[in-house]
Amino acid sequence: MVKFIFGIALLMLTGCTEQSLKNQNSHGLIYCAEANPVSFNPQITTSGSTIDLISNQLYNRLISIDANTGEFLPELAKSWKISKNRKKITFELRQDVQFHHTDYFTPSRNFDADDVVFTFSRLFDVYNPYHFVSGGQYPYFKSIGLDRLIKSIIKESQYSVSFELFDTQSSFLSNMATDFSVILSAEYAKSLEVDEKLENLDHFPIGTGPYKFKDYKRDILIRYYQHEKYWQHPVALAQLVYDITPNSTTRIAKMLTHECDVTPHPNSSQLSILADRKDIQVQKETNLNMGYWAFNTQKAPFNNGLVRRALAHAIDVNKIMQSVFLNNGKRLHSILPSTSWAYQAQVNMPDYNPELAKRLLRQAGIVDGFSMDLWAMPVARIYNPNARKMAELIQNDLKKIDVTVHIVEYEWNTFIKKLEDHTHDSVLLGWSADTPDPDNFFSPLLSCAAALSGKNSANWCDPEFDLLLSNALDTVNIDERKEYYFQAQQMVIQELPLLPIAQGMRFQATSSNVKDIEIKPFGGVSLAKARKE
Amino acid sequence: MVLEYIFRRIILLSFMLLLLCVFTFSLSYLFPGDPLTNLSGVQNVSLHEADDLVQKYKLDHSMPTQFLSFLSRVSEGDWGISFASGEPIFKHIVALFPATLELALYALLASIVFGIPAGITAAAYHKNWPDKLINLFTLLGYSTPVFWLALLLIMGLCLQLGLLPMSGRISLLYEIPDKTGFILVDIFLSDVSYKINAFTDALKHLLLPTIVLSTYPTMVLIRFTRDSMLEVLEQNYIKTARAKGLSRSQLIFHHALRNALLPVIKQIGLQFSTLITLAMITEVIFSWPGIGRWLIDSIYQRDFPAIQGGLLAVSTFIILATVTADVMHSLFDPITRNQTHGKI
Repeated sequence: MVKFIFGIALLMLTGCTEQSLKNQNSHGLIYCAEANPVSFNPQITTSGSTIDLISNQLYNRLISIDANTGEFLPELAKSWKISKNRKKITFELRQDVQFHHTDYFTPSRNFDADDVVFTFSRLFDVYNPYHFVSGGQYPYFKSIGLDRLIKSIIKESQYSVSFELFDTQSSFLSNMATDFSVILSAEYAKSLEVDEKLENLDHFPIGTGPYKFKDYKRDILIRYYQHEKYWQHPVALAQLVYDITPNSTTRIAKMLTHECDVTPHPNSSQLSILADRKDIQVQKETNLNMGYWAFNTQKAPFNNGLVRRALAHAIDVNKIMQSVFLNNGKRLHSILPSTSWAYQAQVNMPDYNPELAKRLLRQAGIVDGFSMDLWAMPVARIYNPNARKMAELIQNDLKKIDVTVHIVEYEWNTFIKKLEDHTHDSVLLGWSADTPDPDNFFSPLLSCAAALSGKNSANWCDPEFDLLLSNALDTVNIDERKEYYFQAQQMVIQELPLLPIAQGMRFQATSSNVKDIEIKPFGGVSLAKARKE
Repeated sequence: MVLEYIFRRIILLSFMLLLLCVFTFSLSYLFPGDPLTNLSGVQNVSLHEADDLVQKYKLDHSMPTQFLSFLSRVSEGDWGISFASGEPIFKHIVALFPATLELALYALLASIVFGIPAGITAAAYHKNWPDKLINLFTLLGYSTPVFWLALLLIMGLCLQLGLLPMSGRISLLYEIPDKTGFILVDIFLSDVSYKINAFTDALKHLLLPTIVLSTYPTMVLIRFTRDSMLEVLEQNYIKTARAKGLSRSQLIFHHALRNALLPVIKQIGLQFSTLITLAMITEVIFSWPGIGRWLIDSIYQRDFPAIQGGLLAVSTFIILATVTADVMHSLFDPITRNQTHGKI
């Protein structure tokens, strides 16, 4: 009896929902995201999982980079001009761009030069009322020194704006094209000032992008609506919903039950399950990224280069490549991935040699071994699909040289926040490039500025290394730049503040009826043109 | 008489709640880290903020004063700030608790609807094949761990057959404004065009978690109803009635049922604490956005203020539910009111 009623109910339910979901499904897309967003303003975070959710969906930048040719493309700026001394860059802006109309803000004017001036002055001008809002940290911009580079931003006319720089910098335009350099609304900021709700600028976003913000429920969902008056093209999806699902197995299961239309970063081990299904496609893209093991170089015994080298010699990277990446990644031979134009394979790269590791530890005066913390990311990232497993392998390898490893894990956003306090011994982390410029692998990760802003997880600051980086940025001569980056790469492998491990492939599972999702080789994913068939 | 009984229960309730508050308060000191941070949820306190907070939380006073200030804050709804989200904990609890309550209520309802008739049937056909079948079924139900059953159902019905969704309360594409926090009620109150579709979708999402969560209490109720019914059927007044020639259904429905259900009513109230515990596991497996999943996430994230707040809310609720069930039971059954001492 019970089973009978249950069976009937089940049949009834499945019968009617099939139809209803179809109606709702045709104009909405569900993207299973791996973490809560840290903020809705890309200026104040470098977390890749957050950037994926917000940057390309809610905002536009002045210029963008063509993924294939590496050339700059106009976006909110129609054109740009660089002065002869290369210290002044003038952007001519589009005139037909509208900001989002939402429940909490109705713009009265189109995008213009005031918005550009406001957006970038927030980063470095202490008199900007928003400079100290949300912590006043602009980790990406501080780590590349942009806050010390821009002298002034001048509104030339309503649709023309120029940046005056203290110094020439060859990566300036690339940085303007990153996912962090989005344009905010000055009018919205003014209205929040009147209401004295300044923090809302970063929590209730207003941008010019293809989708506008509707709702965010922590650990549950983010809801965007289509921006009806998007300047670039009509937006196909009426609704874009992010289902926040940190567990990667659950994400795949939801993919199989069609509760998700798109899932980023499936594990390599799950790819075979997905490959069997006709209704699911797996996209595979090469991506400029680097997974590394960073040592806190301000803490003993990791302040000793010999110890760092010993640890690097003690781990078997080939085993990691097999069991963590399942051979879907490339072993790194320098801090730069081999696809970068400044790449040079390093001869000095430590190989697997436990005997040498023991000898090095003895040279460093450590006879009985020691114990250390190893922080492992709780989420799958491109550069490290399973940090926990990698940590366990490292733990095993280090046991052979009498080093005891404690694996430490926190929730992803807490993890990132805690890393900035530099209390860790060592951490498994990585970096996905935002621009094809090689500087993107050095300044945000290992410069002294990055150590101050907390993003340099090796906490390493070497003035000599910083000088190399700034020399490389001072020139536009590609050969000269290469030469500086060769030296910088050698220095990193010589000193080993971090050990580059692997470059991962970016995987994304999508339902077969979902089309035109753009995965960029650098930076986040764009759903602007996404549609359902 | 009744009033006196209820008064005794209320005293007992207050005492229990006081003990719970003492325990919750002491957690701030027992958890690792600075008690000020654990109490307030404010991390990396700057010097001038620290002064304000010490004043607010009366940390420069004696323990009893601190506790009194804790009590007054709890009653005002100031439960501190979550480490993880930076938002007030009370707000989280208010937003999440209805989801758990909804799931638990439906599960309880399902277990009453299926458990009691099944128990009565088993007793009525004592030692016959319906009794044996139901007994076998309860034995199976008892011995199946919740998480295992949940995973089996997900594997079969969701992943293999694709009949039911495996997570959440409703497909996220349906936008239902939060009014009561009870999804079915909210859908009913909303003025969206896809009301019926949303309703069926929500039912579909509810089905598996409700089955999983109700399994254990259903088995308990079946056994309890059966035993209690058998006991009543052994009594002399039933034997007399049977001797007078009443049919089985007349016996059960007119004479035995009311008396047999009295202990069952009490049992239903007691099941609530088991239900909430099991709901936590169910919520995690079905990604049900309730307080259990939130509490377990908070434990994982070492979000001490959230753990404290969550524990306080859940325990208070269970104590309230148990005492309410007890009082209800005594209204139905006058004999229990004669207990001179409170007992739960």
